[in-house]
Amino acid sequence: MSHAEDHEGTRRDFIYYATGGAGAVAVGAAVWPLIDQMNPSADVQALSSIRVDVSGVDQGSQLTVKWLGKPVFIRRRTEAEIEAARDVDVSSLPDPVARNENLDGTADATDQNRALDDTGEWLVQIGVCTHLGCVPLSNAGDYVLDSGVGGWFCPCHGSHYDTAGRIRKGPAPENLPVPVAEFVDETTVKLG
Amino acid sequence: MAGIPHDHYEPKTGGEKWLNRRLPIVGLLYDTIMIPTPKNLNWMWIWGIVLTFCLALQIITGIVLVMHYTPHVDYAFSSIEHIMRNVNGGHMIRYLHMNGASLFFFAVYLHIFRGLYYGSYKAPREITWIVGMLIYLMMMGTAFMGYVLPWGQMSFWGATVITGLFGAIPLIGEPIQTWLLGGPAVDNATLNRFFSLHYLLPFVIAALVAVHIWAFHTTGNNNPTGVEVRRTSKAEAEKDTVPFWPYFVIKDLFALAVILAVFFAIVGFMPNYLGHPDNYIEANALATPAHIVPEWYFLPFYAILRAFTSEVWIVQFASFITGGIIDAKFFGVLAMFGAIAVMALAPWLDTSMVRSGRYRPMFKWWFWLLAVDFVVLMWLGARPAEEPYATYSLIASAYWFAYFLVILPLLGVIEKPLPQPETIEADFEAHKAASGGTTTVASPAE
Repeated sequence: MSHAEDHEGTRRDFIYYATGGAGAVAVGAAVWPLIDQMNPSADVQALSSIRVDVSGVDQGSQLTVKWLGKPVFIRRRTEAEIEAARDVDVSSLPDPVARNENLDGTADATDQNRALDDTGEWLVQIGVCTHLGCVPLSNAGDYVLDSGVGGWFCPCHGSHYDTAGRIRKGPAPENLPVPVAEFVDETTVKLG
Repeated sequence: MAGIPHDHYEPKTGGEKWLNRRLPIVGLLYDTIMIPTPKNLNWMWIWGIVLTFCLALQIITGIVLVMHYTPHVDYAFSSIEHIMRNVNGGHMIRYLHMNGASLFFFAVYLHIFRGLYYGSYKAPREITWIVGMLIYLMMMGTAFMGYVLPWGQMSFWGATVITGLFGAIPLIGEPIQTWLLGGPAVDNATLNRFFSLHYLLPFVIAALVAVHIWAFHTTGNNNPTGVEVRRTSKAEAEKDTVPFWPYFVIKDLFALAVILAVFFAIVGFMPNYLGHPDNYIEANALATPAHIVPEWYFLPFYAILRAFTSEVWIVQFASFITGGIIDAKFFGVLAMFGAIAVMALAPWLDTSMVRSGRYRPMFKWWFWLLAVDFVVLMWLGARPAEEPYATYSLIASAYWFAYFLVILPLLGVIEKPLPQPETIEADFEAHKAASGGTTTVASPAE
């Protein structure tokens, strides 16, 4: 291999490399569609944004819709629920961050930063416990008001969420996440 | 095949010679079935046949079930009920397939622990061991995806939790999870691809089983003494071995018959004993069962997955030195796969020159403690994730890793092994004399 002519590029070397390169490109081009077909299809992606009619939701009740395969809680809160949620010192919370995708990631977990509208009547959140992904029960746990409404409780491992969906007690590390959502008219909420 | 000297197939008739020159398939089958097998093999050497039976049972019942099953979220659950109620004998075929998975794992665990005790993983059988571990991983993947197909509550939530493990991988976890599921959550796309792979993987397993058998037919079987068959001449080899056919085939089939008597009693009289009632409720993405528990054969590794919570110092340490990239969830995933990885590395972690645990006085105790540890982990995996089970899980998980990473390497250095028999024949004759048998060399083992 010490001969100088071995290092000179010959036409044969060129053919070797060109064939090898073309082969690698062809294999890659053939394999990529086989991998990419497993990504979400067009109809699945089309459902990444939905509109929900909330005209029938009374105060103190909750509508659960399936969005992106997960339950979304759309709750119309009573005055008492809002009051209870706003009467909390944010620094005392296990998770002091709002977890609201409509705000930036550092916003603190005040009730105003969690609710959808300024009055705080509407609270929209993904109903998946941040511990191991179970679906919490509404109007249950340690943060139910005396009237029997408000709060969530995860039956799997005992996480208690308050009337703003913030984790207060139990193994879950984070508040229930608030998805991208907005009112597009008086009675329609757009998710995503 | 290479290895122990023995008689090979000789084509005699014109037709045999004609075929043999073109495709030596009869010779291959003859050499495989007539392989010289150590004549002192005990009853722990029957699990290979049981496992082969299980693979055949699962493939045959599975192909039949697919003739009636519909892999779609709207029809999957009802097509299972259709099989149970309407298809001729459908309930029996499905119960065989369901419980066949349990027999499969029961046998594979005994098969693996047999290998761990008698040092079957040691040189020159490392490839057999590694291929066996690959088969075991494939079995777990196949069983997991198969459990999703009935589209019950446990199917759905089990799939959600387990695919969530991939989401725990730092940075690229979420795209990988979405890619695996074909959407943001477990749904029709997931069910369809799991069905496709559940049908495919058993055939990959079958191919790996052929490689597994090829590998140990090249090295020869291990045996309870761990002493190699003498192979300087055919005459000497014949003192240590008997042909697989008919001696071990008959022995293994007898063992299989006994095991199948128990298996069919379970299939016939308590087919749902090992299952979960929640899986007879159709999958519902909006309601979680109170306890999500995996099938029994996954419980030891599920316990290891859950053992490493954020309060454990080693998790906090890993999180600290990686700048938070390895959090408790990802650490648990690494621990679960690591528990299988350390087992696969046993050939290189065990430093002892003595193969069989029979001649290793200290090893024996640690081995049996590992077997108990495995059962304890299985029990813990089914408990709720709370004290005192969390602490027990941590201790039991720690022992699992300590056995492979600390005890096996150290024992080879500090342990003084007992004398081993010179030959398999010597051990066999001693055993026969002790049990009052006559000492004829040609008699079949046991």
